[in-house]
Amino acid sequence: MSEKVLMKGNEAIAEAAVAAGCRHYFGYPITPQTEIPEYMSKRMPQVGGVFLQAESEVAAINMVYGAAGAGARVMTSSSSPGISLKQEGISYTAGAELPCLIVNIMRGGPGLGGIQPAQSDYFQATKGGGHGGYRNIVLAPNSVQEMADLTMLGFSLADQYRNPVMLLGDGVIGQMMEPVEIKENNTRAVEKPWAAVGMHGRAKPNIINSLYLKANELEDHNNRLQKKYALMRGNEMRWEEIHTQDAELILVAYGITARIAQSAIDIARENGKKAGLLRPISLWPFPEPPFVRLAKTATAFLTLELSAGQMIEDVRLATRDAKPVYFYGRTGGMIMSPMEIYQEITKILDGKEGK
Amino acid sequence: MRHEIIMSGFGGQGVLLMGQILTYAGMLEEKHVSWIPSYGPEMRGGTANCSVIITEGLAGSPMVEEPTAAVVLNLPSLDKFEAAVRVNGVLIVNSSLIDKAVKRQDIKVYHVPVNDIAIELGNLKMANMVALGALIAAIDAVEMEVLFTAFAKKFASKPQVIEANKAAINRGYDYVKKSLN
Amino acid sequence: MAEVLFSRPKALFDIPTHYCPGCHHGIIHRLVAEVIDELGIQEKTIGVAPVGCAVLAYDYFNFDMLEAAHGRAPAVATGVKRVHPDAAVFTYQGDGDLAAIGCAEIVHAAARGEKITTIFVNNAIYGMTGGQMAPTTLVGQVTSTSPYGRNLETAGMPIRVSEMLATLDGPAFIARVAVNTPANMNKAKAAIKKAFELQLSGQGFCLVEVLSICPTNWGKTPLEAVKWLEENMVPHYPLGVYKDVQEAAK
Repeated sequence: MSEKVLMKGNEAIAEAAVAAGCRHYFGYPITPQTEIPEYMSKRMPQVGGVFLQAESEVAAINMVYGAAGAGARVMTSSSSPGISLKQEGISYTAGAELPCLIVNIMRGGPGLGGIQPAQSDYFQATKGGGHGGYRNIVLAPNSVQEMADLTMLGFSLADQYRNPVMLLGDGVIGQMMEPVEIKENNTRAVEKPWAAVGMHGRAKPNIINSLYLKANELEDHNNRLQKKYALMRGNEMRWEEIHTQDAELILVAYGITARIAQSAIDIARENGKKAGLLRPISLWPFPEPPFVRLAKTATAFLTLELSAGQMIEDVRLATRDAKPVYFYGRTGGMIMSPMEIYQEITKILDGKEGK
Repeated sequence: MRHEIIMSGFGGQGVLLMGQILTYAGMLEEKHVSWIPSYGPEMRGGTANCSVIITEGLAGSPMVEEPTAAVVLNLPSLDKFEAAVRVNGVLIVNSSLIDKAVKRQDIKVYHVPVNDIAIELGNLKMANMVALGALIAAIDAVEMEVLFTAFAKKFASKPQVIEANKAAINRGYDYVKKSLN
Repeated sequence: MAEVLFSRPKALFDIPTHYCPGCHHGIIHRLVAEVIDELGIQEKTIGVAPVGCAVLAYDYFNFDMLEAAHGRAPAVATGVKRVHPDAAVFTYQGDGDLAAIGCAEIVHAAARGEKITTIFVNNAIYGMTGGQMAPTTLVGQVTSTSPYGRNLETAGMPIRVSEMLATLDGPAFIARVAVNTPANMNKAKAAIKKAFELQLSGQGFCLVEVLSICPTNWGKTPLEAVKWLEENMVPHYPLGVYKDVQEAAK
């Protein structure tokens, strides 16, 4: 077991990627994720890897496409406006079924927005982002340790399903320091007989491609992708529950907001209010089973987001609107306090919330 | 005890480093810790600051709204955080740079001339470590020995600075302890 | 015993072409394939196809290939080459792909001295989408989006890519060729060969711009098109070598 070290969330992602055997990083600076390319620029040469500062986010994701298509374990990272630029390439990697890790350390928007933390890219991350109807596995860490662990998991899942995986963090978790143990590489080595590496005696060329000009062939391709996505739905839902068993009110939050919600629940419990936390770790596939179960035992749900309300749509779908789903959010880089959440809890449990 | 600490000063006064060393020490004591720099909406008024959590309980939110203790190294920091400190909380004031009176009567205030002490020790840059020693004397968040270990680990590549900074931490610590007696 | 004087290169598949009658893509594909055969690098060649008429290049080339998003081939090739530094990596791009939407990618790949080869087919028009104005369309040239002819005031002058990239330090070899005559085909092939050789010896970025006709979208017969290329394109896009680190070193 390796020693715990104090690291920023962004640095933990980078070091965990190196530990996971990632030797190719392509990126472009943007706050609040710049520690990742900075760390990689220092670290990759030490391990014989490639760090390349691309001319744009567009170029960076296409370098990822090339490297992934050539069989490498590869990643890129950015923050919201940069992730918008990467959407073209993300759609292509999804279409060509290329494994890669894409990190989004979210900041407030829309447009240039600000550099402060936000969670307003939920729709973009989980509902497509780019064109064409594809799915990415989206993992949402809530601590520096999870930044590292989910990075490693992300590489595994990407290889396993031949699919892009997005790590969706926020400015707070990216910037904050916590103790972290960078675990030894626990990812599986996967054969990539499909990769474009040069034929080297192979009878037929490998073609990395997302183009199917015949409609029936493209439909077949889509059907194949949908089967894969169904498999991901079946296997890769992840979540955490805290004090949900006897909870009347289930708080639903991911990432940094889940940390703040946890503190709010402590206050609520001290004041005799039965609140619990359901934290989706995989935002796609969205973890539906606990919602179905808790919709039977709880009286209401409260979705908390650093956005004007995006995940709440999935919460309502997952609960089938069996119970009221309330929402509280902050935007623009403003962060809610545990006390603000506690006040919402009080309003709902005391029946003062009109909805 | 859940310590929620804010450290604030001018950019260059070393408040971020001070916070990291305290956080490091908390980690070495196997407590739940987090450190976050001024980032986002609280980053106003020309000060650099960081929030440190040290707790034996769940980590929870890394953000600090009402600190159990605050270290203010310049006047804008005092103006910004004096009102925020929790009732019965601790406020360490850099009296070398701040001559404004603290209005709060419901908190424990320690005036420590950290710049003067650091200059006396031969290096103004160590003012942050004097303040850190003062803070530990007031709140006992971590053991002093562990704090020294944390500093030594952080500066493993610069062993020549360790002894002087240890002295600075001790001076700050003693200054507050004496005022307690 | 009969000697084989002419045969299909190993690096090309034996399939019917989708290119229009008279189109130069077929010739250029063949030259690339012949070079790859002659250098004996089919097994370690990785090509990157563009978006444009050559989007289906991988249907013809018999080696590993990646299909890139529009204009991004140099970035994709960069990713490939950084994973397989010993591979022969090349992009095959048209003028819309390379000089319009992919201008940033080609300039920066060239500036980095990325050890790849680019075959840049310049036919002064968007072929696949049906004949729209390209960055390389000549002033006055009528296309479906410049129905009154390319207007200098509103569209500016066509970009001379080879000259532009030759101002950078990264490229090892940049040449403009044409395949309008057998003599020029030989020169084109020699340039393509050099562009692969210099890549493989680690000299830097190599680009061969090939002037090409588009009879369909130019609204001309192949012969008229060749004549138009000679009379209009070549004067604006002079043939020749614009950069050659090997020659410079001599």
